[in-house]
Amino acid sequence: MEISTQKQMQPPVIKAEEKVTSPWAEAWYSFKKNKLALVGTGIVIFFILLAIFAPLIAPEGINDQKMSVRLQAPSADHWFGTDDFGRDIFSRVVYGARISLWVGTFAVMGSIIVGCLLGILAGYYGKWVDSLISRIFDIMLAFPSILLAIAIVAVLGPSLRNALIAIAIINIPNFGRLIRSRVLSVKEEEYIMAAKAVGMKDSRILFQHILPNSMAPIIVQGTLAIATAIIEAAALGFLGLGADAPNPEWGKMLADAKQFMIQAPWTMIFPGLAIMLTVLGFNLMGDGLRDALDPRMKN
Amino acid sequence: MTEVLLKVDGLKKHFPITGGVLGKQTGSVKAVDDISFWVNKGETLGLVGESGCGKSTTGRMLMRLIDPTEGQVVFEGKNLVTLSDNEMRKTRKDMQMVFQDPFASLNPRHTVEKILEEPLIVHGIGTKKERKQMVNEMLEVVGLSSYHAKRYPHQFSGGQRQRIGIARALMTRPKLIIADEPVSALDVSIQSQVLNLLEDLQKEFQLTYIFIAHDLGVVKHISDRVGVMYLGRLVEITDADRLYEKPLHPYTRALLSAVPIPDPAVKREMELLTGDIPSPANPPKGCAFHTRCKECMEICKTDRPELREIEPGHFAACHLYS
Repeated sequence: MEISTQKQMQPPVIKAEEKVTSPWAEAWYSFKKNKLALVGTGIVIFFILLAIFAPLIAPEGINDQKMSVRLQAPSADHWFGTDDFGRDIFSRVVYGARISLWVGTFAVMGSIIVGCLLGILAGYYGKWVDSLISRIFDIMLAFPSILLAIAIVAVLGPSLRNALIAIAIINIPNFGRLIRSRVLSVKEEEYIMAAKAVGMKDSRILFQHILPNSMAPIIVQGTLAIATAIIEAAALGFLGLGADAPNPEWGKMLADAKQFMIQAPWTMIFPGLAIMLTVLGFNLMGDGLRDALDPRMKN
Repeated sequence: MTEVLLKVDGLKKHFPITGGVLGKQTGSVKAVDDISFWVNKGETLGLVGESGCGKSTTGRMLMRLIDPTEGQVVFEGKNLVTLSDNEMRKTRKDMQMVFQDPFASLNPRHTVEKILEEPLIVHGIGTKKERKQMVNEMLEVVGLSSYHAKRYPHQFSGGQRQRIGIARALMTRPKLIIADEPVSALDVSIQSQVLNLLEDLQKEFQLTYIFIAHDLGVVKHISDRVGVMYLGRLVEITDADRLYEKPLHPYTRALLSAVPIPDPAVKREMELLTGDIPSPANPPKGCAFHTRCKECMEICKTDRPELREIEPGHFAACHLYS
């Protein structure tokens, strides 16, 4: 190709060694500077490692019953004490991290996938599609979410898996609405008009252009929602609608401990602390992500 | 002889205004109200007018980014209005658009390489390797370098971004480019660079331009013919030189007298327009311009003037010449 245009014009020069930064890399840079967010990330990573290496960390199994050491206070042998069956609470809390993180992560992933799909359809196609999907969201949001979760588990039957499904379902409208509003604003951007002008199909515009530009608030909301999901799972466990008997789900441990609350408070304190710390970690991390990814979302 | 590339006939866009509980249509904004013109192969047609006169809407209707309410757009013998969505999508290979705001028209999460490669992918042009090659060549053509390919749009200045926007429009080797105020968001010093680039590219790739702008100086510089729009209607269209030397329509005269002359010694009679542009939801009866026209006659208030050939090749819609 002849490059006749080159000579008459001064091509504006950018130094070649200048660092190339993607929008994600810039977000990471500002995230790194946020100390609280790093603390939160540290807590989250700590619990993830705990969950992964639980068999190596926990000194005993989750259901090793020793009637001789029932309800013992924390000691060198049993760091967090023992419960009414003589099981080591430290071991149970460590294994409990697996359950809570598993429920939190997968429930939120489920709601993100379904919520995003519905939200994108509603936002992009508008009209009756939007009305239908938005009204369904409204109906779901009209219920107090934990009541809805209880109702769903009651219908499906109490088990950990069904608790996860219930938590996923009740969170769908949150993500759906969020992505719908993002799509509504992103689709009016000129680069979407430009994508159409180039000759792209709807599916390509949706998944290559609108979705990546709508992801930031979803990631933030997703992190915060994991925290909520963990609490919801614990609440369902506490009500006896979550994990089955020997499984050391933190909420279930709280429920089992409540009759010994006075004589053996450690049976309650440690699972409670575990819930609190994990949720705090996810919340701090989520806040940090929000500041880094979308400064305008503050307040 | 010159060949007509694009012919527009009776194009209209009325945006409905809805109100009330039932969303009943209570009126419509006549953004574009019955305009007709043609563009010859290889020429540049300028479209000028105030903000809100419907020039951008017209440009978008030509690409079918907005569906016209009525009228025909005939491109190379095909009526684009009746094409299916998929056929229209394929036709966009031959007609591309350059947008006004270089900060908004590039996807911030894509690298330049991806932005430029995408039109080729969409239209199934070349292998992966060939496409990379074409992207690098195109970057050179618009005055950037191939090492810019890995960067993101926010790392460029406005002028550079507009070059990327132009490169994107050129990737599929279109015949027609609709440029919607491509330089109005740029600094004046950069404007001329981009205008020169557009002119050079026109020669190199035998392009036809529809150049939408509100700046008469810019339009004069680049256009072969110029159409003047007012309130969704085309009031005058002719060769650029003739329009600037001998404007017929009173609105064109007023517009031209508002162009500043860079010489304080030159005194010129200003034909200042008074009043605001009327609402396109409720345009004046008869000639849309009669509310602000100095030479308004009785007939102007009742009859809408047709666009007529007053002199050979010089069309105007004004009762003064009938």
